[in-house]
Amino acid sequence: MTTHLLVATTLDEALAAMANGARPIAGGTDLVVGARVGKAPLPTELVAIDRLDELDIVGMVPGGSDDPTPLLFVGAMVSHATIMNHPLLAASYSGLADASALVGSPSTRNVGTIGGNVMNASPAMDTGAPLLAMGAMAVLQSVSGSRTVPLAELWTGPGTTSAGPDELCVAILIPRRMGEEGSAYVRLEYRRAMEIAVVGAGAAVTLNDDGTVAKAAVALTAVGPTILALTGLEELLIGTPLDDLSLSAVAMLASEQASPISDLRASDKYRRHTVGVMAKRALEAAGRRAAGETIAIPVNRAEGIGAARNAAAQNGAAK
Amino acid sequence: MSNQETSKSVFLNVNGVSYPVTIDGGRNLLSVLRGEIGLTGTKEGCDDCECGACMVLVDGQPVNSCSYLAAQTQGREITTIEGVAPSPEEMDPLQTNILEAGGVQCGFCTPGMILSARALLERTPHPSEEEVRIGLSGNLCRCTGYARIVEAVQRTAAGAKTATGDTGQ
Repeated sequence: MTTHLLVATTLDEALAAMANGARPIAGGTDLVVGARVGKAPLPTELVAIDRLDELDIVGMVPGGSDDPTPLLFVGAMVSHATIMNHPLLAASYSGLADASALVGSPSTRNVGTIGGNVMNASPAMDTGAPLLAMGAMAVLQSVSGSRTVPLAELWTGPGTTSAGPDELCVAILIPRRMGEEGSAYVRLEYRRAMEIAVVGAGAAVTLNDDGTVAKAAVALTAVGPTILALTGLEELLIGTPLDDLSLSAVAMLASEQASPISDLRASDKYRRHTVGVMAKRALEAAGRRAAGETIAIPVNRAEGIGAARNAAAQNGAAK
Repeated sequence: MSNQETSKSVFLNVNGVSYPVTIDGGRNLLSVLRGEIGLTGTKEGCDDCECGACMVLVDGQPVNSCSYLAAQTQGREITTIEGVAPSPEEMDPLQTNILEAGGVQCGFCTPGMILSARALLERTPHPSEEEVRIGLSGNLCRCTGYARIVEAVQRTAAGAKTATGDTGQ
């Protein structure tokens, strides 16, 4: 098996290659590793997109005609290392920064990109739950034009998306987090590096002036064929404070709606229980951030969740 | 794009030397470094992006060379363990410290550890122990228990602090 690799220097060149059947490659952390472990052979035609600097940009863009709210633009080539260290993202899109900070190791985070993470469509991807909770969309571009797809409509199953084979994800758009909105992502992990979420949860919360919930969204990691958006949160949360009672109700809701599998890393029963705990913790952290508290990125380390619990306890930081 | 010829002649810049190689687009950097260029200091461990034995620097950033396509590194600067020492007679302080601290046993992880540590110190010249552990995460060592490797990196950082002063001792 041989592979032809084109190193694209312009977006048009990359899109033309994809129109001719090439698959895009950025850091190779999913594609090359997947080929080696026998998931899928390395494609015979590849186009490297890692030199497209126009896809390596973070900034605000105006909203569309139907909704003028400004959007955060995160280019598809933006790496996890950039996301976790970006001041704007860490402060206002903290859930995404929490997720990127947990991915793999420093080397994985250097070459691994948000576009790759989203388009690989693993139900265990770390950035997926916070992005879905924040209402993010993917911008897909091909030689025939571009379209914006909500992530809930992008992911169709484990490793599959509604994107056409000629469509390149060029950016992720996130509706601007207004004022008091806070977000967080937490995951259950057995070790602190080179880990894949056993289960996880992302949350985004807006509070009223009296501290009760004005708006909330939660999404779950690794408990279904895709990242799963929790439904029915409004009845439980709107107008109520984020206290033990409401958080426990969300934990139960998450456990009910999860449809996990059993595998080497955890049984379905264990996943069903722990995803509730993660949902509760993500929501609690998002609520505290919405109230103005600074919790260091990632929440897992700051709050001593998962494998970090003992280390954090030794540092006196555990809750 | 042509399908007939998938092997391409490219130049890879490794440790400041430009090497011409003719490789298939799917070849990973590790196999080209070891098999084509003959630099065998970079090790093949898990070959699955988990262990860090194959760590090299690409434009100063640590990369698992087992899972990075060689052709993607054209025009970029690759640093391997062979390029760390300032001269054949002199070791880099990281190398000296990891030996003196007892951070080398079988040695298989050492090249990757040193390159990850180098990138860390470039970014964070005076890391805390926690920062060293995070910086080296993704580099597995099955012998030392890590404590002495972490110590060696911290010693190197401390040494660099005094190196600009009059005398170290």
